Amino acid sequence: MSEYLVDIKNERLSFFTPAGEVKALNDVSIHLKEGEVLGIVGESGSGKSVTAYSLMGLTAYPGKLIGGSLYFNGHQVDQMTDKEMRKIRGNEISIIFQDPMTSLNPVYTIGNQIMEAILLHTDKSKEQARERAKELLELVGINEPDKRLKQYPHELSGGMRQRVMIAIALACEPKLLIADEPTTALDVTIQAQILELMMDLKKKLGMAIIMITHDLGVVASMCDRIAVMYAGKVIEYGTADDIFYNPKHQYTKGLIRSIPRIDAKEHERLIPIEGTPVDMLNPPKGCPFAPRCEECMKICLREMPPVTDLGDVHYTQCWLIQKEEMEKGAAK
Amino acid sequence: MLKYIAKRIGLAVVTVWAVATLTFFLMNMVPGGPFLSEKAISPQATAALEAKYGLDKPLFQQYLTYIGGAVQGDFGDSLKQRGRTVTEIILMKFPVSARVGGISVLVALTLGIPLGCIAALKRGKFLDSLISVVATCGIAVPSFVICTVLLYTFGAKLKLLPTVGLTSWKNYIMPVMALSFYPTAYIMRLMRSSMLDVLGQDYMRTAKAKGVSGFVSLFKHALRNAILPVVTYVGPMLAYTVTGSFVVEKIFTIPGLGGEFIGAINGRDYTLIMGTTIFLATLIIVMNVVVDIVYKIVDPRIKLK
Amino acid sequence: MKENPVSFQLKLNPEDFLPATQEEKQSQVIMRESVSFWKDGGRRLVKNKVAMVSIVVIILVMIFSFIVPSFYPYSYKDQIKGANNLAPMQYSEEEQAKIDAGESVFPHIFGTDKMGRDYAIRVMMGSRISLLVGLIATGIILIIGSAYGSIAAFFGGWVDLVMMRIVDIIYTIPDILLIVLLSFALKEPLGHLKDVPGFAWVNVVGENLISIFVVFALLYWVGMARMVRSQVLMLKESEYVTAARALGVGSGKIIKRHLLTNCIGTLIVTTTLQIPSSIFTESFLSFLGMGVAVPLPSLGSLASDAINGMNTYPYLLFIPALLISLIILSFNLLGDGLRDAFDPKLKN
Repeated sequence: MSEYLVDIKNERLSFFTPAGEVKALNDVSIHLKEGEVLGIVGESGSGKSVTAYSLMGLTAYPGKLIGGSLYFNGHQVDQMTDKEMRKIRGNEISIIFQDPMTSLNPVYTIGNQIMEAILLHTDKSKEQARERAKELLELVGINEPDKRLKQYPHELSGGMRQRVMIAIALACEPKLLIADEPTTALDVTIQAQILELMMDLKKKLGMAIIMITHDLGVVASMCDRIAVMYAGKVIEYGTADDIFYNPKHQYTKGLIRSIPRIDAKEHERLIPIEGTPVDMLNPPKGCPFAPRCEECMKICLREMPPVTDLGDVHYTQCWLIQKEEMEKGAAK
Repeated sequence: MLKYIAKRIGLAVVTVWAVATLTFFLMNMVPGGPFLSEKAISPQATAALEAKYGLDKPLFQQYLTYIGGAVQGDFGDSLKQRGRTVTEIILMKFPVSARVGGISVLVALTLGIPLGCIAALKRGKFLDSLISVVATCGIAVPSFVICTVLLYTFGAKLKLLPTVGLTSWKNYIMPVMALSFYPTAYIMRLMRSSMLDVLGQDYMRTAKAKGVSGFVSLFKHALRNAILPVVTYVGPMLAYTVTGSFVVEKIFTIPGLGGEFIGAINGRDYTLIMGTTIFLATLIIVMNVVVDIVYKIVDPRIKLK
Repeated sequence: MKENPVSFQLKLNPEDFLPATQEEKQSQVIMRESVSFWKDGGRRLVKNKVAMVSIVVIILVMIFSFIVPSFYPYSYKDQIKGANNLAPMQYSEEEQAKIDAGESVFPHIFGTDKMGRDYAIRVMMGSRISLLVGLIATGIILIIGSAYGSIAAFFGGWVDLVMMRIVDIIYTIPDILLIVLLSFALKEPLGHLKDVPGFAWVNVVGENLISIFVVFALLYWVGMARMVRSQVLMLKESEYVTAARALGVGSGKIIKRHLLTNCIGTLIVTTTLQIPSSIFTESFLSFLGMGVAVPLPSLGSLASDAINGMNTYPYLLFIPALLISLIILSFNLLGDGLRDAFDPKLKN
């Protein structure tokens, strides 16, 4: 029995598209304990959602797991049959998607869609399920639950719908909640409300959360651990403090430099990361970030850097760190 | 809802009136008349007949008389089939066409919808390719080709099925096959593409993430969304099919409304042409309203205006 | 990552840790060449085997119906004496005598019909008529439909309302009625027209065929008009058009860059799929005896003529029936291929 609730080891996953194999995940390892919040940060296409979806067995066609193992709560998820997997989905692991506007079925009422999850995973009667659905709506801060249950998704605002999605996700009190950019499609004011709600619920219900986002600001306030992903690899992993106060990878540093700061000096400029993300169909031989890296060395373009442990949980994949270590070793 | 129906009925009446008016004047623009071909009758007799049916009056007056009668439900007597009213003829012929057409539509739906769904679910697999090929060929073969091939194989060569009339259930097999061929293929294609579209929607992923099984997710979440284009197609298709296919009725000598209509046009049976056209137009409009209401029931986002 | 300690399987030189030059960095960036909409779609179309086969079939049928008849030894209207109802590859007694005398006689590949006309050339001419009807009618439909639809969508409001109501009415009139009435109504004016110098072709084409075109022009554009209207409406309200407008892009450029490229795919596909549907309708009408005038054959009328002799001469029926299905099928498949290749909304 692993000490971790989620333990993903060396996951490799590819999409076999007509244009060729896209290596979406390349040796991804992630773990988190019960009740912890893990943030996965990265730009679009870095593989953050793919990692989370594969844990639920939701990998979209034509994606295929080609290596590694995924454990959830001691079960090896990648070896499970679809039937076993279904018992976990929506019950022990739940997910909130990015776009609440399209994630609810337009032809069924809110009540129907919340109750569906409850009826599926518990022995509750229809009446009890309705009561539970009402409770859930109240829990996620929707008033007049009786009326809302009878409404259709198109009658609710985006923020409301995301709350409904959260209610559905929490229906069976999951051990793990995956939030896939839950606030990206929402207004800024609503974003803050939804994040606050999620933290509130975490405190009340004590579940673990995997927070997928491209917004470092979001993870800073919420997460215990942070994984920074780039081109299908976890290039730096650590506690929130490690990542924010002691970033090692040039990409992480770049990301942090690009966050607007409230204590910024006047006329201090944000520093963007130059260049464009890699083409995943033709990934570079060496470090994928090398072409955009200011400190790029000859070796970076040739070889993928090995993993360097920097502490208990903190690790990174960067030749610069290797160089430092070697120089330290030479000095000794 | 009531207001909506009232509005639709009002619109329908206007449309039927427009169709009737257009048909009336177009029909009379065409040279020739109902009694010209009957060479045996003397000019006096023709004149007498025309006077009897009011055809000697100015066109506009004829029009007013006709519309006046039609509003009261009187569509006049057939000009060619003496002694029978247009209403009688339609009431006699329509059930025949409707029975054959109705069965065909049912066959098309019961075959087309499941097969289209299966093709979408097995996308890219052998079964999908097979169904798609059959459907694509199905919409490429004209009905008269189907009819004749059926007639040749089952009627003439194998002598399994009767080729003429509608006396036993066996008589229905070939016309129904011929009539349902195209709609079945069309519904299969429609269902497949709309199902593929729905399967890629985010809410299907949500359903899966909830732990809903593939079967339930298909029947509860996908089908109701994917069926909408089929509903749109089936409405008018039903109206056209139950009023009789000209080709199928001609080839299998079915005494239905379709054949009657062609006969009426060729013989300039003005009143029968008008009556059948109004009947068909009304049916199509009614079907369209039904489609709209079904749409509203299936998809709550639709607002009836 | 305890199980993956820092390990050095590879030999590292100190030079490896020298900063990389800009050029070295650039060489790693493999940019996928950006392809234009047309090039991309064309490439996808060429890759689509079914569509390519359909194109080949269509070209073959076109060669057979437009080029081959001009040097074919028989004519579609000449009746060969004593050669009635010959089976495929069979010769009449007279021809057999000629062959015996050492002369070469071109075989009747598909036999002859009951009036002793070579069936192969009639089938070729029939497909020529069917193709012509399909193409010309589709052209008419495309022009009227897209003009009507875009005007309705462009002006909107009550103009749109009235125009679409007219479409509804036209949609409700049984097409067969209009075709028959029109073919009768047009008979007289067309009869006069063919005496006018320069209009002798009317006689060849036949009044019925012309009235078919007129009917197509009057009736079948409604589907196209609806399609174009919904496309234009959707595009008119789309955010990228608003964005382009906000950026100060001129109307002409918006139409060219945004509306046209987004609309043209759907338009091409609809047009391609309209061709088989027009051929379908023509064959259906000819089958009912309302299509082309004798002795001009069309695939539909050939099939219709062959029905009575179906039991004895089934090939007379099956050849045109098969050919018409093949033509419609090829156009349908080509249309599907074009849609897969050029409809940006279906790109994935």
